[in-house]
Amino acid sequence: MKNPFENLDKVLEHRIRLQIMSILVANDGYEFNALKDILAVSDGNLASNIKALEREKYISVSKSFVDRKPNTKYKITERGRNAFKKHLDALEAVVKQQK
Amino acid sequence: MKDVHEYEKDLASIRSMMERSAKFISLSGLSGVLAGVYALIGAAAAYYVAHYPVSPLAFRQYSISDRFSTLVLIAALVLAASLTTGLLLSKRKAKKHGLKFWTPSSQRLFLNLAIPLVTGGIFILIMLFTGHFGLAAPASLVFYGLALIQASSNTFDEIRYLGFSEIILGLIAAAIPGYGLIFWALGFGVLHIVYGGIMYNKYDK
Repeated sequence: MKNPFENLDKVLEHRIRLQIMSILVANDGYEFNALKDILAVSDGNLASNIKALEREKYISVSKSFVDRKPNTKYKITERGRNAFKKHLDALEAVVKQQK
Repeated sequence: MKDVHEYEKDLASIRSMMERSAKFISLSGLSGVLAGVYALIGAAAAYYVAHYPVSPLAFRQYSISDRFSTLVLIAALVLAASLTTGLLLSKRKAKKHGLKFWTPSSQRLFLNLAIPLVTGGIFILIMLFTGHFGLAAPASLVFYGLALIQASSNTFDEIRYLGFSEIILGLIAAAIPGYGLIFWALGFGVLHIVYGGIMYNKYDK
């Protein structure tokens, strides 16, 4: 039998990154500050995890100005959506196997 | 390798983040009950202005156009009181749960509510000013129901069922002219109290 642990995504095993992806899967774009509020994490912590997801091209960034204030919005990419789904399937398989 | 409980927690956090980020869960059920109470008081006041002492169930053949501005004033007061209560109690609920009130999900909820509501409001005002009083109450129920269904993807599921109930009631009211006030009291009064009570029991405590 194939080991379901092999299908887990190393990048998404980190809880905050997994939560960021969960939010972006359920929403059509989310702002940096809104992410910070809902996750209750520091700027630095959120920024470094977002960087990691950007590096994998799981999320895309768009920067604009709203009322002359910088506004950074994140969206999940097709690649990210597939990776998230695969990771979710693997998580379910792992939990099922252990029961 | 992590413990299996950690993976279970991962799954739970995915679920909770998807819900919390996409849905406005601070909507207060109690404010729904109060909105229903205001609507019933408003309907009683409207009955005294427009119909008393004719029984509310009697078929009427007279026009109420001369008392039109008082009725609009009552409706506006009910609307203002309901909105204020809804905002205040939902803000209080958000604070109690350590959540923010003005989030992307609440913004989407208000936008989704506002589009059919403003359209319906303008439509009903046009009906009133052109003398089509009969269908104003049914139209307000139907547009309100559509607004709720539109907004329900951003909040609790009960809102969707409340929306369907309002639309059904509005269509029945349109088919039975002359009983607008009774259907209005059922839709905005009784249904709000019933669904608000269900939501209060399920989510407010």
